Amino acid sequence: MKHVGLFRKIINFYIDGFKSMTLGKPLWIMIILKVLLLIVLMKVLFFPDFLGNKFDNDDERSSYVRHSLGGEFHN
Amino acid sequence: MNDLLSVVDWSRAQFALTAMYHWLFVPLTLGLSVIVGIMETIYLRTGDKKWLNTTKFWMSIFGINFAVGVATGIILEFEFGTNWSNYSWFVGDIFGAPLAIEGLLAFFMEATFIAIMFFGWNKVSKRAHLAATWLTALGTTLSAFWILVANAWMQYPVGMEFDPAQMRNVMDNFWAVAFSPMAINKFFHTIFSGWALGGIMVMGICGWFLLKKSNIDMAIRSTKVGIWVAFVGMLLTMAFGHGSAQLVSKTQPMKLAAMEGLYNGEQGTEFVAFGLLNSQDNIKNGENPFIFKIGIPNMLSFLCNSDFNSFVPGINDIISGKSYDSDNSEISSVSYSERIKIGKTAHEALREYDKAFVAHDEAAMAQANNKLKENFKYFGYGYLDSPEEAVPNVPITFYSFHLMIILGCYLFALIILTGFFVYRTDVMQKSKLMQWLVILAIPVVWVCSESGWVTAEVGRQPWIIQDLMPAKAAISAITAGQVQTTFWIFAVLFTGFLIAEVGILINFIRKQSKLNIDNL
Repeated sequence: MKHVGLFRKIINFYIDGFKSMTLGKPLWIMIILKVLLLIVLMKVLFFPDFLGNKFDNDDERSSYVRHSLGGEFHN
Repeated sequence: MNDLLSVVDWSRAQFALTAMYHWLFVPLTLGLSVIVGIMETIYLRTGDKKWLNTTKFWMSIFGINFAVGVATGIILEFEFGTNWSNYSWFVGDIFGAPLAIEGLLAFFMEATFIAIMFFGWNKVSKRAHLAATWLTALGTTLSAFWILVANAWMQYPVGMEFDPAQMRNVMDNFWAVAFSPMAINKFFHTIFSGWALGGIMVMGICGWFLLKKSNIDMAIRSTKVGIWVAFVGMLLTMAFGHGSAQLVSKTQPMKLAAMEGLYNGEQGTEFVAFGLLNSQDNIKNGENPFIFKIGIPNMLSFLCNSDFNSFVPGINDIISGKSYDSDNSEISSVSYSERIKIGKTAHEALREYDKAFVAHDEAAMAQANNKLKENFKYFGYGYLDSPEEAVPNVPITFYSFHLMIILGCYLFALIILTGFFVYRTDVMQKSKLMQWLVILAIPVVWVCSESGWVTAEVGRQPWIIQDLMPAKAAISAITAGQVQTTFWIFAVLFTGFLIAEVGILINFIRKQSKLNIDNL
């Protein structure tokens, strides 16, 4: 008997499961649309990591936040 | 300044929109996972195939809700990084740690056991399958716990110390953060409200089956489980809600005063069960805060302090720092004017620390740090221009709180009534009125649940972190236009998704109603 590895068993478990889903199609369309629109598109186009993109290291980030918290609102 | 306030308002609106959309799915996941676990347990104990099919039906509803809820929570994390970058930096690892644990739990526990739950019916033993179902319920509950720990810390910041060198808070007691009384009460209040919502959703869908005279046995069987979960859930939600309110009266008294529209406190304060608030301008001019109200004498004092004659401070008392102990002798707390002064002293200490840091003067740094520590408790007040700025929007807080209470009491009565009709009579099968009441309870329970969050989050304004950081200091240097654009994109997307998601759910239930679920 051919030995089937645990990893292969797990993969087959998921493949069989997805194949036998009766409600699969509309749900998967919904999930894929959500992931594409909300996570990929919105994140890339509209939600940059403000401090992460603007500064190279934590020292610069901390200086910026220090300035904006200590200076901008409290002159 | 106007643009700053506009960015803050739009960012808050966007966060509220996203969080409320996310919250449409979470409580149903929490409640249905337990209901499905109970049904499958009954199946394993009785071996009755009808319970197996009933379990599979509700598991499909759970699956649809779980799938359509995917990716709604992660948007909140995007918003922290983009709109609330000062906050994200300032909270350091305190906020990140619970969210990271939640992420790991969600990924490993839920992803693993949900797969076994849905795909493993004929591949693992019955007991292993049941274990997977309950572990899925445990996984979703634990995920919620860590999110609520993060939220509770914002309302009641403990277990940390501010490090001026990094300009962020550092967690020094993980257990104080994870098991703060605010986190524990919030967790149980929220989890059990999810049970109540799940149970009422089951009752409502079964009401529709009964109305259509379809799968009547399955509907009655499911209703009985739904009623018990909703009953226990609602009872415990009320108990922990009371615990939360008591805690709020001690740690966020301004929120409690806004929840009750209480401007001037007194000994033996009444609980306003229902009321119509006067306009804010009229209240400022000294008129009665209420146009009309129905109050229960002394009840707020009892609910807050377990003493019918105790003093509950109102908004004006809190601002002026006036309160009374149980002997009616005046005790002074720190007035908001004083808090603003203390906050500004803390800011001054921070600037002194910076100057000493640049000058490499360690003695001056230590001195400034001590001054900062002494005044850090009211650090956030240093950003306020006036004491009145620390008052939340009273009408929204008051009405959302009372909507939650009134709808919660209505739903609790409906659960008891439905239970009586299901167990004692055949009224549920015959009465269209009862069937419609439980169907209509579905949107009502969601409004009730969302109202709770509106109360909790609007009532703590202006604070993003209680007393330490107001929302206006937490915001990133972005324009209001940027946030408005994404707000409207989200509003359109969420509406579209919601219509599609409800459509998938209704379509599934309609198709199932044409089958004989017990004999599948």
